[in-house]
Amino acid sequence: MYRAPVKEIAHTLNHVAGMKKALEEGLYGDLSEDLVDAILEEAGRFAGEEVAPLARIGDEKGAVLEDGAVTMPPGWRELYRNWCEGGWNALAAPQEWGGQGLPMTLAVAALEMWNSSSMAFALGPTLTMGAIEALDRHASEDLKKTYLEKLVSGEWAGTMNLTEPQAGSDLNALKTRAERSPDGTYRIFGQKIFITYGEHDLTDNIVHLVLARLPDAPAGTRGISLFLVPKYLVDEDGSVGPRNDAFCASIEHKLGIHASPTCTMIYGDGKYGDQPGAVGWLIGEENRGLACMFTMMNNARLAVGMQGVAVAEAAYQKALAYAKERRQGRAPNDKGADKGDDMSPIVSHPDVQRTLLTMKAMTQAARAIAYSCAHAMDMARLGGSETAAHWQERANLLTPLAKAFSTDIGVEAASLGLQVHGGMGYIEETGAAALYRDARIAPIYEGTNGIQAIDLVMRKLPQSGGDHVRGFIVELRETAERVRGANMPELGETASRLAAGIDDLEEATDHLLSLVADGKAESALCGATPYLRLFSLAAGATMAAGGAVAGSNADAARVARFLAENLLPETAALKRQVIAGEDSLLAAAGLLDVNG
Amino acid sequence: MKILVPVKRVIDHNVKIRVKTDGSGVDLANVKMSMNPFDEIAVEEAIRLKEAGKADEVVVVSIGPAQAQDVLRTALAMGADRAILITVDGTVEPLTVAKLLKGVAENEQPGLVILGKQAIDDDANQTGQMLAALLGWSQATFASRIDLGADRAKVTREVDGGLQVIDVRLPAIMTADLRLNQPRYASLPNIMKAKKKPLEQKTPQDFGVTVEARLRVLRTEEPAVRQGGIKVANTAELFDKLKNEAGVI
Repeated sequence: MYRAPVKEIAHTLNHVAGMKKALEEGLYGDLSEDLVDAILEEAGRFAGEEVAPLARIGDEKGAVLEDGAVTMPPGWRELYRNWCEGGWNALAAPQEWGGQGLPMTLAVAALEMWNSSSMAFALGPTLTMGAIEALDRHASEDLKKTYLEKLVSGEWAGTMNLTEPQAGSDLNALKTRAERSPDGTYRIFGQKIFITYGEHDLTDNIVHLVLARLPDAPAGTRGISLFLVPKYLVDEDGSVGPRNDAFCASIEHKLGIHASPTCTMIYGDGKYGDQPGAVGWLIGEENRGLACMFTMMNNARLAVGMQGVAVAEAAYQKALAYAKERRQGRAPNDKGADKGDDMSPIVSHPDVQRTLLTMKAMTQAARAIAYSCAHAMDMARLGGSETAAHWQERANLLTPLAKAFSTDIGVEAASLGLQVHGGMGYIEETGAAALYRDARIAPIYEGTNGIQAIDLVMRKLPQSGGDHVRGFIVELRETAERVRGANMPELGETASRLAAGIDDLEEATDHLLSLVADGKAESALCGATPYLRLFSLAAGATMAAGGAVAGSNADAARVARFLAENLLPETAALKRQVIAGEDSLLAAAGLLDVNG
Repeated sequence: MKILVPVKRVIDHNVKIRVKTDGSGVDLANVKMSMNPFDEIAVEEAIRLKEAGKADEVVVVSIGPAQAQDVLRTALAMGADRAILITVDGTVEPLTVAKLLKGVAENEQPGLVILGKQAIDDDANQTGQMLAALLGWSQATFASRIDLGADRAKVTREVDGGLQVIDVRLPAIMTADLRLNQPRYASLPNIMKAKKKPLEQKTPQDFGVTVEARLRVLRTEEPAVRQGGIKVANTAELFDKLKNEAGVI
């Protein structure tokens, strides 16, 4: 059963992401290191003891749709209520609306724990968190007053309605329409698909944020507006009133996250109410809906990245426990030689150790990047106006890594974890397969990992004319030098491996920057995905080693060394793909008969 | 009424215990520590009594190293009102703890002291009883239910073979058994508030108590490793083994 790695999480927050320094500088007000520890400790306890035990029934029973209503798995309503009563939903929400206003860094650490214990459970509140942020930043005071307090407490839940059958990654094709109503509200008509937690019985009301197009809107993404469409209309006194004309027509049968209802939502079909259309309220300005969505896109992407880190951690713990129990073969290094023909626990076989440590090291690299990304978001908000632009660019740069690398290694770690279980891993009973199935969605949604790679190369590298990424690489070199200077024998050859990895990163970065500057987008995009991996490995390994030194943490140093000496060498091959992969790719692309 | 709850910082119940190689005790280096689970039950009961309007203040006290502050903060986050830490390094024996608690009780004048029935590290199960004797107050140990009145209380005790209900005069010492309640999780707002609740630092000298060891630990060893089982062919062989190998019949 999952047990939150509170010590490792605290170490990463303090010594990798930079939370300790921020706390000492008083950026987080009253928050102190021991208070952070107390929060992590209790969140971890709740995640391990209360959420994790209900993950299996969630996977087995799933969310069930009947007559337009979704019933959540047994025990989940009570779990959600207890979780909200614990105040966890309100952790990062604004204090003005009843939240604790705690930093993003801490929110992300907690999010890791909820996701490790049950990704399907954590998804609902993640969406609510996004809705809170969108409303807080862009909605009118009236809307805030009506909705925010209840969303912050968790009494109501939020959703994001973007996707339509013909508009997935490309929102240009969006068709859902909105019509102005004389009373200042809008009427929404259309169909949305893949709406996570679009319908469920955890809360008394569900607040849908819906992208739609006004009749006179310009074509493309400049003509999209954002609307708030509640499941139940809210009366003057804040209580839940009549049903709005929005309902769930079906839920998907998915590979994983079975307890997370993925809904097809129908707006304005005439099923409820006496007037045509679902009643909606404009958020922000007309035709500026996508801008509202973009302000929270970074956070949402980071949140999905946490799912990758979280599942990788859960998979590692499960695989390690199994490897200690399961006995097969005789390991060459098994010290219990006097036991005659006894079989060794498979954890003593070097290849299984390699597998487990690969999982652990990849998890730590991804966690380092993700927490650092959250820290950059906090610093952009709180660190003062002089440095705000710098930190915003840092957050922008790290976001595609935090999303794509974390979710890729989430799938890889879940697959390796299954492998450690052998044949039993392929059988549902062990739970290893469920993690694998759950993890597989994360590289897809919230901007596919391919899109993250495009974003990194085309939008993030050229920030400040390439100066930001170059500055980041300089920082990585400084960290590697600190690692070289550290008197920690546990680090072995880490420093020189880091230097080599950073060389590869720099060379590949220069190559792509010049391609982008020359307008050679196609050439640059051929190498985008291997570049994102190269960047993440170099950055993650350096951050992990730097953190081990800063925190004088011998265990963390051993993980960082394994990462640097066993996994980081991959950067040389990745660099080749980035720099010299284009010709063969374009030549072979003919086989795909692109215009056929 | 004021309720006093002593809490002890012990090795976490999830940690796999390792004995020091020299046999001098349990290895506590780099090991997760937390509140003694029975004390958690005691804190929970005190908070529930306060929530039910039968008490108006819950004071928690710990005797131990500076890090014992953490368990006091945990108790404050659960809902206790204030905390007292008596700083002592090294082992403190139950009699010393009871003497110190007597001092605290005389200062605070609680109507009720609830302790865990024992600590999971040394399993001594003595402090509550000793404290009752030193103060000359009533005692109700191994409580699984507490009905608190104004000057008397009915307490259900878990005894061998059943339950015993006794009626005690207040002020009284009670010790919590496992089934008294299910302790709550601290909520996030309460964890935040706990930081601001008062925590008073004291020393044994403040109570005129000298910390001294009356017991000497001769040896600490791990339990014998469990041997693998075997299948016996028939009852005759089973009897033979029980009689001649195990020597139990």
